[in-house]
Amino acid sequence: MNIIDRIDQESMRFDHPDFRPGDNVKVHIRIIEGNKERVQIFQGVVLKRKRGMMNASFTVRKISHSVGVEKTFAMHSPRIDKIEVVSHGKVRRSRLYYLRDLRGKAARISERQRNNKQAEA
Amino acid sequence: MTRVYNEFGQASPVTVIEAGPCFVLQRKTVGKEGYNAIQVGFQEKKASRMIKPEAGHFKKSGGTGYYHVREFRVENAKAYELGQQISVSELFKVGDKVDITGKTKGRGFQGVIKRHGFHGGRETHGSDFQRQPGSIGSSAYPSRVIKGKKMPGHMGTDRKTTKNLTVVDVRPEENILLVKGAVPGAKNGLLSIYTKA
Repeated sequence: MNIIDRIDQESMRFDHPDFRPGDNVKVHIRIIEGNKERVQIFQGVVLKRKRGMMNASFTVRKISHSVGVEKTFAMHSPRIDKIEVVSHGKVRRSRLYYLRDLRGKAARISERQRNNKQAEA
Repeated sequence: MTRVYNEFGQASPVTVIEAGPCFVLQRKTVGKEGYNAIQVGFQEKKASRMIKPEAGHFKKSGGTGYYHVREFRVENAKAYELGQQISVSELFKVGDKVDITGKTKGRGFQGVIKRHGFHGGRETHGSDFQRQPGSIGSSAYPSRVIKGKKMPGHMGTDRKTTKNLTVVDVRPEENILLVKGAVPGAKNGLLSIYTKA
């Protein structure tokens, strides 16, 4: 294994659940204010997942006070406490940028039925 | 390059450098060569691959040959032993600033826009002046092109130094150095790392 891969492996996180674009997730973010630490939850639809080793990231979109908010997280960041998958969405694209132009009912994503094999994984 | 996180969870882009093991091959002193320096070898070479003059030179410091030989100025060359290993942990510690020299990637024959950052002309509205250098001087006086005029030509494979890079991590057991930011040259290129006084 090359040196960079080995260094990446040390700090990569393998504890995140499997999720895809279209899934609804809760991202628990550790926030440090002064010397206090608290956990904030950002819940929304996964817009995209960027693959890569240490450089992997994902973007979550939610509507906050009728304004669309998107946040991109580094997959392996220690600032992420945990990721919870709320529901699995059925989508036909890997980048859901079209959601940015949709509001309300039109921006809904139908639920994806998972078979047992997927549920185990 | 990759990225690492510090204890506050902040990410830094880092270059991973295999810095050694390096061995002292020759000590140069003011008395003999006129200046103080040590010659250092990196990456072991089989005896069968050495040419005779090379083998003779390596013999003076213990016989092991190296692919890369470089010289570094030091305060006191006598402080080093011949054949002594130079370890990363002695020279660098986390938070240090270093200068890194390497040979940049070769770009071949390039025009003035890529090579010197000229702006070029318009691409549309009937323009036929897209990437040309334009006028290269005046007419009757001086009736020649001034020396050093920026023109198209070979770009890259230059010796370049990136200054003041921060050392993020030192791993002496693998001779690995993690430095914040990019360094000159291609992957697996040879680098010289200089400590700051």
